[in-house]
Amino acid sequence: MGERPRMLALTIDGVTLEVAPGTTVACAALLAGSHTRWSVTGEPRAPLCGMGICMECRLTIDGVHHQQSCQILCTEGMQVTTEGGLSAP
Amino acid sequence: MMKAFDTLVIGAGPAGIAASVTAAERGRLVGLVDDNPAAGGQIWRGGAHLPSTARRWLDRLEASTVERLHGWRVFDSPEHGLLQAERTGAAARDATISLRFGNLILATGARERFVPFPGWTLPNVMGAGGLDAMVSGGLPIAGKRVVVAGTGPLLLAVAAHLAARGAEIAAICEQAKAGQMMPLALHLLAQPGKLRQGVQYRWTTRHSRYRTNCHVVAAHGDDQLHAVELRQGQEHWTVECDYLACGFHLIPNTELAALLGCRLENGFVATSELLQSSVPGVWCAGEPTGIGGVELSLLEGRLAGLAADDRAQEAQRLVPRRRTALRFVRALKSACRLNSQLRTLADDSTIVCRCEDVHFGSLRERESWRDAKLHTRCGMGPCQGRVCGGATEFLFGWQADSVRSPIFPARVSGLAESTGSAHIDSNNLKETV
Repeated sequence: MGERPRMLALTIDGVTLEVAPGTTVACAALLAGSHTRWSVTGEPRAPLCGMGICMECRLTIDGVHHQQSCQILCTEGMQVTTEGGLSAP
Repeated sequence: MMKAFDTLVIGAGPAGIAASVTAAERGRLVGLVDDNPAAGGQIWRGGAHLPSTARRWLDRLEASTVERLHGWRVFDSPEHGLLQAERTGAAARDATISLRFGNLILATGARERFVPFPGWTLPNVMGAGGLDAMVSGGLPIAGKRVVVAGTGPLLLAVAAHLAARGAEIAAICEQAKAGQMMPLALHLLAQPGKLRQGVQYRWTTRHSRYRTNCHVVAAHGDDQLHAVELRQGQEHWTVECDYLACGFHLIPNTELAALLGCRLENGFVATSELLQSSVPGVWCAGEPTGIGGVELSLLEGRLAGLAADDRAQEAQRLVPRRRTALRFVRALKSACRLNSQLRTLADDSTIVCRCEDVHFGSLRERESWRDAKLHTRCGMGPCQGRVCGGATEFLFGWQADSVRSPIFPARVSGLAESTGSAHIDSNNLKETV
């Protein structure tokens, strides 16, 4: 397949992560932690549908809230924050 | 921003690609809108691994004059002949576009049906197509243990795709009994292409057992999935795994059609033989007219594209082929009929509406979808009932009520631009900064 593609660096809740081009933000979030949001009663949730329907993957991307991250590709320098952070509800 | 087209196509899966390429053949101005970053829909994802039919159509699209608007999600239709779309993706804050059209072809595809069971909200429990999409989007799956469950031919396709990428498929569980799948099996025997594909899938997954009459009972884990409980007849056992890919066939995306006033029949968009909906100038192609897979979607896309380009005679020539292909739709529907035992999986504490965390116990006493919405907020969250609506239709026989604008949560700035939008449901508004 030739050369390895150049990796992209983005930050998720302040932690820098390198991913291959073509990686969705939802996948990057799962690589950084185990979930994407906390439910209204405090359960950890992660993507369900993978196609922009269920909204479980919604994240803040470059300051814009509630983005369906499974339909957005990672770009260099992107700043992603999860709802309430990855560590605690 | 405003753009105007002779024909506008919504959805860039197989049906939408075929429709837009066909409608543009004689020089008409055609636009193709899709909320994903690239063309192909859910079925033709993931660049390098595409079948030759997909590559051929994507090349045709590339070579055509169709104006492609990827990463735009239609959320409203403020007046006849006009749609509003919002930029998905972070770069374009507040970007809204107005799309004028003479003809409209809806090729909005389908989503998976989910049936709630204890533990289905745990991270790493995904749809079958859902996990497949995530893996195409970069989720590493090599060496991971996966249970694939639910119903429909998608299970085998997903299992094969994941196995080819190094996943260990711990089990493939089809809820239908073998006998229920016979008409579908016979249909496939008469279709060399589909049969060959099925044999290939089974060969790729030959190390995994394919069980019929087998379904998930519960998913277990603390903060994420670690095991799945399965049942086949009287047998009952637990399998440790990293992912559960679980989908119960497909339901059509008809929200935009409903918003435009197109008549629905048994949940699908009702059309003429030339795929014209009940609204003049609005056609529909692919899964929203009946779940039938890629080949039928391509055929319907071409048919609708011809019809919208005033080539009714050419379109008419495709009608007999479509009529034959509709047998597959019926065979598929009957093979994927859900076992009523699946209604007993959820207990009172099982969440049904994941957006608002509404439990099965509080829905059991409600009379209808509307009653449930008003009393429990079921279906009132950001997915607008796209997930729990399919579940409650199966669990309680509820039909979703009328669709309201915006059909996807939209930013307030975009809604303000969407002039004439009289019925903005404040529950569907996204927060803005």
